[in-house]
Amino acid sequence: MKMDRRTFLEISIGGSLGAGAGITFSPLPWKITDDLSIWTQNWPWTPVPAEGEVSHADSVCNLCPGGCGITVRKVEDRVTKIEGREGYPVNDGGICILGAAGLQLLYGPWRVPSPLRRAGKRGSGQWEQISWEDAIGEVVKKLAELRGNGKAHTVACILGSDRGTVPHLFARFLKAYGSPNFIRSASSGDTYELALGLMQGATASVAYDLEQASFILSFGSGLIEGWGSPVRVIRAHSMWRSGNMKERATVVQIEPRLSNTAAKADNWYSVNPGTEAALALGLAHVIIKESLYDSNFIRNHTFGFDDWGDFTGKTYTGFKRLVLTEYSPDVVSEITGLSRSKIVGLARAFAKAKRPLAVWGRGKGTTSGSLYECMAVHALNALTGNVNKPGGVSTLPPQLTEGWPEVYQDAAACSGCSMPRMDGAGTDRYPFTRCLPDRWPQMVNDKKNGTIQALLVHDADPYYTTLDSAAVAKAFASIPFVVSFSTYMDETAHHADLILPNHHYLERLEDVPTPIGLQKPILGLLKPVVSPQFDTRHTGDVIMTIAKELGGTVADAFSWEDYETLLKETVGDNWDTLEEAGYIEKTDYTPPAWENAFDTPSRKFEFYITALDQAGMKIGKDLDYLPHYEPVRAEGDPATYPLTLIPAELMRLASGAIGSPPFCTKSLEETELKGNDLFVEINPKTAADHGLTEAQPATLETPKGKAKVLVHLFEGIMPGVIAIPKGLGHAAYDDYLAGKGVNANSLMGVVEDPISGLCATWGIRAKLSPVGGHGHLG
Amino acid sequence: MPLAGFSAGLVVCLFVGWLVFPQILYSEKTQPIDFSHKLHVDEVGECDGCHYFREDGSFSGIPRLASCVECHEEAVGEHPEEAKLVAEYVKPGKEIPWLVYARQPDCVYFSHAAHVKMAELDCVICHGPIGDSDHTRPYQYNLITGYSRDIWGWNIAGMSKNAWDYSQTDESGEVHIDSPARMKMDDCAICHEEKGTNDGCFVCHK
Repeated sequence: MKMDRRTFLEISIGGSLGAGAGITFSPLPWKITDDLSIWTQNWPWTPVPAEGEVSHADSVCNLCPGGCGITVRKVEDRVTKIEGREGYPVNDGGICILGAAGLQLLYGPWRVPSPLRRAGKRGSGQWEQISWEDAIGEVVKKLAELRGNGKAHTVACILGSDRGTVPHLFARFLKAYGSPNFIRSASSGDTYELALGLMQGATASVAYDLEQASFILSFGSGLIEGWGSPVRVIRAHSMWRSGNMKERATVVQIEPRLSNTAAKADNWYSVNPGTEAALALGLAHVIIKESLYDSNFIRNHTFGFDDWGDFTGKTYTGFKRLVLTEYSPDVVSEITGLSRSKIVGLARAFAKAKRPLAVWGRGKGTTSGSLYECMAVHALNALTGNVNKPGGVSTLPPQLTEGWPEVYQDAAACSGCSMPRMDGAGTDRYPFTRCLPDRWPQMVNDKKNGTIQALLVHDADPYYTTLDSAAVAKAFASIPFVVSFSTYMDETAHHADLILPNHHYLERLEDVPTPIGLQKPILGLLKPVVSPQFDTRHTGDVIMTIAKELGGTVADAFSWEDYETLLKETVGDNWDTLEEAGYIEKTDYTPPAWENAFDTPSRKFEFYITALDQAGMKIGKDLDYLPHYEPVRAEGDPATYPLTLIPAELMRLASGAIGSPPFCTKSLEETELKGNDLFVEINPKTAADHGLTEAQPATLETPKGKAKVLVHLFEGIMPGVIAIPKGLGHAAYDDYLAGKGVNANSLMGVVEDPISGLCATWGIRAKLSPVGGHGHLG
Repeated sequence: MPLAGFSAGLVVCLFVGWLVFPQILYSEKTQPIDFSHKLHVDEVGECDGCHYFREDGSFSGIPRLASCVECHEEAVGEHPEEAKLVAEYVKPGKEIPWLVYARQPDCVYFSHAAHVKMAELDCVICHGPIGDSDHTRPYQYNLITGYSRDIWGWNIAGMSKNAWDYSQTDESGEVHIDSPARMKMDDCAICHEEKGTNDGCFVCHK
């Protein structure tokens, strides 16, 4: 056969058609299509846990004081998911976004892998890995040297909390070593404890029976955003909404901004920021004037409601007179910007509700707040007699570490502990306050009460969380020896000289005290559900080792073999129950009846705080002894700074010591964080006045700092007020977590409360100027 | 002439598509140990003697080395495969890297409890009479997806047969499992539809 052009074409075309038909009628194209689609659904480079035996382990979350029970799902020794523990009395299966993100905190690149010694300049991120023996040896050497030179009191500890065995170990260590400087991180609990101490004579934290309340009046508390024990409060919120308590509860939110809580409330009253105390007193005015208060409670169990006279015949103004003369709805309307009719209506609705409950603590409660404001809100609960009752507010005594032997203090310890604290707490000026977590940087910078020679930080990130970051950085720079016990490379660890990393909370054994705000005591147990990923050690063991190596009476105070022994001994007979169930709940606990509830000088609930006199405070006016409205100024000159900046708490961001991992930040709206740029909220009217438009880059300036931000126009914020999200702007950790937005704390200053000395800041004056361009800070 | 070309193309491509292609698409591995299910079923009992449900309802899957060690801490017989088990896995305490014929892709959620306990399906319906086999068969896997050939099924055209139709008994009486049923999404869906079970996407794709 001769292959001419024609034949060639015929065979080629015929062959091609045949090949096409052959392929079509074979499985090849269909199978490849299917396989490719499967391949694209299971990208081989997407990390998935290795196959293996699946198991579940129960523990407790301690990323916030909420203390939720968790169930950890594991494949072999790899944790693959953290879920809320079913049936746990706090959260019953629920979990918050940060709790679920605990997995990223465990495996993220921000873990401190071993003891580290600073190798470059402070904060340069240059580290040298050292052995545990060397690390502990360095701390011991420094502490022994200071103690030997009579400078034991220049050592300070900053902790996240003062509850639980590990914080107690630190406190015990300082006592035996000889320093008064135990500081816990700021929270609204600081002020509430003080208010309870003064008004009720209680050494206790506040507890709310949220589940049974029928009217919740929240003074800026972020009930949805993570106030109190977040999952528990959200569950209570669902109960109020669904009415499964037979009647649907009413929720009223007082806040200058439409937060999630405000949006979900029955009524949202936007008041001028910082005037909440005036509103509380205005409500009290209406309640008293219209005799809507619980006369039985007021008559028999309170002191200082009416005017009163002492044995010299001198008369004093009571709460009733003060409120009726000073806080009429008209006056309060003028201060708060809320109409008279709304004030009267709210007061009536609150007082007439079956179980009204006024709750206090701005946002997530990460700042201390004004004492008088707290007292004014607490007074509302007293007026309705809703104290130590179901659906009311009560107190929860601290869980003490009973059974620990007394600490024997040698001469060095006695003299060290008798020195004034570095933050000025407990002095004549602030006799009631135990510690002033936002005040110490200024005290150190002003060289008051001497200097700090060594700072030990555990379970806290003061470098990030303390207001006025510039002052904090300056104070840190003046401390020659900073030791961090952090699991993560947080801001404080980043600026430390030595890091002795603690086990992650999923790797260690520790007690978890009653979740904040809960009305029944619960002791939870943190269990090691996964083996330690790095060369870390339990801080409880480390602090005991340091004490033992210091020797003498300091070592004598720590007779336990190790932390586990101490914990078992402390829990005592209940250990087996605790270990097996994972928690112990005192279901039969009820707060004391009114007859025995108040340990004040008058043995009654005090509207007029007689204890102020006894502490030798120099207070002149009657007014100062009563809950009243004393404006907490926002720093800054209104002429230079025409706007008021307030922090905004977001439900998907942690705003305390723990940085929000990507699991949280990725969930933010594009009007909250876009790329690495953060938005501040401003009312469209105010924005127009300042020539600002949506998504416009702007410079935000306060007396404390300056930052580049984007502008988000939001009808839900009061004109003249701008809000900045709290919890962003981390500078340490790593590239995934850091560099997103601005740290709100760096723009705020500390305004001291006159009685407590605690930080009463609620906002600051600010200026927002456009910088041109659109949508990106570049 | 065009017809000849057509026929040649057709034949070649049918040959490639049906016979050559499967050879290229699938690669083969052998199991680490040639395991006799039959022998173990006789000793231990039914499937659930080894592949049991835990107390919490989860399925244990393939037994771990610890289960093997219960009997095979030392060799109990003289079979070379048993000697291999003891030497390579039991003594060093190393888990046996079994290749799982029925492993579904990661995007599939499957609960044994729902199928075996609640729907009372016999193991054999999906896995074939594997309990009767004397040897482990080769593990074939798809080079594109990386998954076991059992998911698509051994018929390259994707034609489905019942799992239990694939066993063969040789002259010596040994049972060989050739190729059990497919385990594609359609197979799940057909059964779910027949039984009136929920066949929403989220049932299997969480």
